[in-house]
Amino acid sequence: MITMSPEKTRTAATLDRLDVSAVEPGPEWLYASRWAAFERFRQLGLPDTHHEDWRFTNIAPIKQTAFTLSSPAPNLTRSVIEPLLIPGLDCCRLVFVNGRYQPSLSDTAGLPPGMGLWSLHEAFTTKRSLLEEHLGKLTNTDKHPFAALNTALFRDGAVIFVPRGAAVSRPIHLLHIAAPGDEPPLISPRHLIVTEADTTLSVIEDYATLGDGVYLTNALTEIVVGPNAQVTHYLLERESPRAFNVTTLHVHQGRDSRFASHSAQFGGSIVRNNVSPVHAGEGGHSLLNGLYVLRDDQLVDNHMRVDHATPHCDSRQFYKGIMTQRSHGVFRGRIIVRQDAQKTDAKQNNQNLLLSEEAGANADPQLEIYADDVKCTHGATVGQIDEDQVFYLRSRGIPHETARAMIVYAFASENLERMPLQPVRQLVQRLLLDRLPHGKLLEQTL
Amino acid sequence: MPKNQTPPLLEIKNLHARVEGHEILRGVDLTVYPGEVHSIMGPNGSGKSTLAQVLAGRETFEVTEGSIAYLGKDLLEMEPDQRACEGIFMAFQYPVEIPGVSNTQFLHAAYNAQRKYRGQEEIDAIDFLKLVRDKAKLVKIDEKLLSRSVNEGFSGGEKKRHEIYQMAILAPKLAILDETDSGLDIDALRIVADGVNSLRGPDRSFLVITHYQRLLNYIVPDFVHVLHKGRIVRSGGKDLALQLEEKGYGWVEKEAVAAAV
Repeated sequence: MITMSPEKTRTAATLDRLDVSAVEPGPEWLYASRWAAFERFRQLGLPDTHHEDWRFTNIAPIKQTAFTLSSPAPNLTRSVIEPLLIPGLDCCRLVFVNGRYQPSLSDTAGLPPGMGLWSLHEAFTTKRSLLEEHLGKLTNTDKHPFAALNTALFRDGAVIFVPRGAAVSRPIHLLHIAAPGDEPPLISPRHLIVTEADTTLSVIEDYATLGDGVYLTNALTEIVVGPNAQVTHYLLERESPRAFNVTTLHVHQGRDSRFASHSAQFGGSIVRNNVSPVHAGEGGHSLLNGLYVLRDDQLVDNHMRVDHATPHCDSRQFYKGIMTQRSHGVFRGRIIVRQDAQKTDAKQNNQNLLLSEEAGANADPQLEIYADDVKCTHGATVGQIDEDQVFYLRSRGIPHETARAMIVYAFASENLERMPLQPVRQLVQRLLLDRLPHGKLLEQTL
Repeated sequence: MPKNQTPPLLEIKNLHARVEGHEILRGVDLTVYPGEVHSIMGPNGSGKSTLAQVLAGRETFEVTEGSIAYLGKDLLEMEPDQRACEGIFMAFQYPVEIPGVSNTQFLHAAYNAQRKYRGQEEIDAIDFLKLVRDKAKLVKIDEKLLSRSVNEGFSGGEKKRHEIYQMAILAPKLAILDETDSGLDIDALRIVADGVNSLRGPDRSFLVITHYQRLLNYIVPDFVHVLHKGRIVRSGGKDLALQLEEKGYGWVEKEAVAAAV
């Protein structure tokens, strides 16, 4: 069993040598699963590039870093976090600093009746039955070392419950701020979102950094989308260039449900994003829409796994990457169509734009189809800016750099426009313009 | 040919150009004065489109010899966008689709880039919208097209009309029509020709490049030149186009050979 010894001196260690005895163990009813997950993590070890799921993603820098499990949250004032809020977004907000919930920076007022929004730490004691029913149920710790590690170590996060029929008009912003100290912290947020039938909910999972220290965020989110419910999830990756980030999103979709995942990735050093919806009820629709815009030596890997387990479901995957300098984008999209999942309509598309000779991209579509009456298509491209397009714009008087920036922006705009929440879209647009070579030139033309 | 004291708008001398090692233009001479409409005709592969592309500044073509003076300046020294800002416009034979860039955004950016170049104040979106609406009527462009992406999903005719529409907005001094008529049905051809004719004026010259005499029934040129194997082998008035129609390009080809002997 994990023993509690909070006074133990802080020691940083690589992930294969973590001393979990320093971890706050949380409620007793979780001990067994935590311990099992940790044991499993030790057996699995961290993946290398021989591992099929990590073929293009070398996480050696993560392996070599010594992390601490003890990272107290500094007291941040509202004015410090103000620049990280999403301008114009009327929302409920939970703020986490180094993984710990900060009530004084959060705003949970004005929830619809019956709706619950709690920190996981609080829910451990007050919402035990909800957690026992759902927590960890969508997660396979057996195969996935980062999922096992999160399950062993999480201590805080958000728990959202939307009761039958509730349309939550204000989005929920889960703002994660890392303020790493001298020793790189390992931060393990864990979120559980349960929506009942006929509900509507938007959640923004947002990762940002104060300063430029090294750390690893290893987050895991489980979402249960009830029958006929609509859930929209946003992932914003805007961490510092030295941050490591692994996010895993498991989604269970009920009958006639609609789920959308929108991700916008700009930050981080090595970033891995796993998104895995399971169509467990007929008539469901899923949309996985993503945009990654990279520079320097960034490595961003998006791993989609769409599981069609029931008939008459539609899924769409649209991911686009723009890589400059030596950065590298990886996309793996797997579509599984089970034997019973007739009339599945699954589409997947990944397009990459390389803006330098050294930039790279891997696109790896995978179809696993066991039903015979289905429609599945996939496509992937890796290309450069089309010089015919540049010339066309220039021939009308648009300067060279502006023309190029317009074309790169246009490439991304399709994915931007799929994001329904305007303030989020505008924030992503701003991040995009800040990131694009000569993006400033475009501000007047948009 | 010179008209009183007006200096030429465009003066091409002994122009040689190649692409991927193949010499396409082999000594083109052509002088265009303000307000003139010149038609350049010629069989496939004669170098018509190369000439248009070289004038617009396409980098894939390498000029190996000769000169082009535009308003007395060395055109070959100018970047493509600078040429546009100096008043050169080429209607593309194959207009390029640019998904994600709306027509209005594109034209507004181009219009303001040109104004900025000329030291004029840029105009805002509202005033620009008024301008584009007026011009849209000229070439009977559906306003709905303007909010769509540049050329994306346009029919062939819509693309060509859209080129003329851009020309109307950007109001160039020298407009080069690179086979704008190819592939157009008669109604679309009329719309394009009417658009061009309404833009004719003493300060605007046209270089109408075409494979077919038909267009010249609608856009009546002041001069017709026949391009053959990268050289202008015959020049004349609008009647030359009719002769060509009657006798075919074989006729000038034979003459060109005879002249070379």
